[in-house]
Amino acid sequence: MNLNSTRANGARSGNSRAKAIQPWAAVLGGGALAIYGLSRKSLGGTALAAVGALGAIAGAKRSTLTPTAIHVQKTFTIDRPAEELYHFWHNFENLPRFMKHLISVTTKGSRFSHWVARGPAGVPIEWDAEVVDERPGEYLVWCSLPGSAISHRGSVEFRPSTNGAGTEVTVALTYHNPVGKIGAAFAKMMGRDPERQVREDLRRFKALMETGEIPTVVGQPSGRRSSAVKVLHSMKEPEATQQLRKGPHEVQAAKLKPQFAGVQSGGVR
Amino acid sequence: MKALCWFGKHDVRVESVPDPVILNPKDCIVKITRTAICGSDLHLYDGVIPTLEQGDILGHEFMGEIVEVGSEVKKRKIGDRVVVPFTIACGQCFYCKQELWSLCDNSNPNAQIAEALYGYSGSGLFGYSHMYGGYAGGQAQYARVPFADVGPLKIESDLKDEQVLFLSDIFPTGYMAAENCNIKDGDVVAVWGCGPVGQFAIRSAKMLGAGKVIAIDRLPERLRLAQDGGAEAVDYSQTHDLIETLKELTGGRGPDACIDAVGMEAHGHGIDWYSDRAKQMMGISFDRPFALRQCIQSCRKGGTVSVPGVYGGFLDNFPFGAAFGKGLTFKMGQTNMHKYMPKLLDHIQKGDIDPSVIITHRLSLQDAPDGYKTFLHKEENCIKVVLDPWEDRSLA
Repeated sequence: MNLNSTRANGARSGNSRAKAIQPWAAVLGGGALAIYGLSRKSLGGTALAAVGALGAIAGAKRSTLTPTAIHVQKTFTIDRPAEELYHFWHNFENLPRFMKHLISVTTKGSRFSHWVARGPAGVPIEWDAEVVDERPGEYLVWCSLPGSAISHRGSVEFRPSTNGAGTEVTVALTYHNPVGKIGAAFAKMMGRDPERQVREDLRRFKALMETGEIPTVVGQPSGRRSSAVKVLHSMKEPEATQQLRKGPHEVQAAKLKPQFAGVQSGGVR
Repeated sequence: MKALCWFGKHDVRVESVPDPVILNPKDCIVKITRTAICGSDLHLYDGVIPTLEQGDILGHEFMGEIVEVGSEVKKRKIGDRVVVPFTIACGQCFYCKQELWSLCDNSNPNAQIAEALYGYSGSGLFGYSHMYGGYAGGQAQYARVPFADVGPLKIESDLKDEQVLFLSDIFPTGYMAAENCNIKDGDVVAVWGCGPVGQFAIRSAKMLGAGKVIAIDRLPERLRLAQDGGAEAVDYSQTHDLIETLKELTGGRGPDACIDAVGMEAHGHGIDWYSDRAKQMMGISFDRPFALRQCIQSCRKGGTVSVPGVYGGFLDNFPFGAAFGKGLTFKMGQTNMHKYMPKLLDHIQKGDIDPSVIITHRLSLQDAPDGYKTFLHKEENCIKVVLDPWEDRSLA
């Protein structure tokens, strides 16, 4: 697969999203039409309601509960030059520092990389990916290799913001028809709230690039927590951030120093 | 260490908790020498701020000595005596660079919670609910302070802790409230609420050239302290019609600027106050904007309403028509602490102001739960409670 620009990539992603939305639009639109028709309380209205209801039913039939592809796109403005952000991202080994679901990425040359992600029930999922398009300082598109457990495609685009303060970074991720049981389980896990996942990954990327660290409160003291609060905390996003932090030695830092590089000796406490 | 923890409405306790540790390379650990209870802590105590959790350590006004620094801390050193701003700011993002420090993009690890409620998240705050980051607070013996080179203000003079402690929140907060009024020489500024922030707003308005400051409260000791700061006192509980009273005091024009230093739990009288309170108790609305409504109603045409008082959620019966009809300007928000701290330290050093005059209660950390109670019910003429985390040596 070779793309000439991210514009083409965006268009393609846009299409797949439109397909995913279409049945629901029919359900909602049809439903609205049906309600409007009924509210008219006339013969014409009843006909309108019937048409709407049929549309809604057809839409519901076409939509299946398991999505064929998950597509997410998010944009953040980051107050760093595009070149710097591009280079940090292009070293895929940096991605696990801010992407919650990744354990590690190992690059093989400038085009190929091996990805290991947190899978369901703690079983890691691995796949290989290839850079399929890039323009230094502007965009980067990568794709999983055929036959991988995960059929994944990602792109990141860097545009100088209109007010000159920083770079607008758009990440688009697509996970296609998963292969096998593990793939299906992973897709399910990703599918729970992929929007939030990508948004929070990008938020961590922003913090890391702007300040050199990711804000956290995991590991700070507190009074006795009730069990309900403990469960809540174990589910919260920052916990995953901490897991990322535990293994900074696993990933290579490109420009930034690894986190937790130790502290200067403290006073007597 | 010992720390004051929140367990529910009107239930705070001093507990033994683990010492804080460095979590990020730009963190430092501060051994706290003085800390205080803020009026806004009473909103937490009353349980009207969402996303507080059992066991959370409260407190956001504190100072002390740096005892540990992370590997990426360059300016601050072990042994530095510092006042810590209650807003946490990275110093690197768009907002910090615009001096909008309290809107920092990178200091709230729970930004997504605030984003869901407010559209976008402000900065992280110490000890002020998980929506604002869930950072452990400073009513404790130690605290972990992120971005050590950006926030903590080093105190090099021999000023006493009590004279500089309020640089951590209420003095800059009162000052920003006055600055937000865009005061021109001789302007009349009316201040609702003569608690600590109101007191500093009154004094700051004077420093910024206000011709007359009108202080509004119902507690005699607070009104007296406001008069000491140069204000004209109005006891609203003794006035038949506050808006008319303010008109008479301003030549019929109304104040040029009105400061709501009360916030979401206003006291008042009349039917709308009872209805606000009932709604807040039933959880229908968070906020009781009684003072804010009066600010809007009494402010002169084209004037400014400045809001340092904390609001958390939604307002009922907000007189937006009056605001629109009079072309009012609204200024508000958490304080951009880092912008004001050095300037206000200068004022203290020059002797322009002694912030410690507002202190009425000095307690040990162990007695903090009593301090909350006393402060909430305004018992013993309480205006400001300062805590010494080390006073009782058995705590050490």
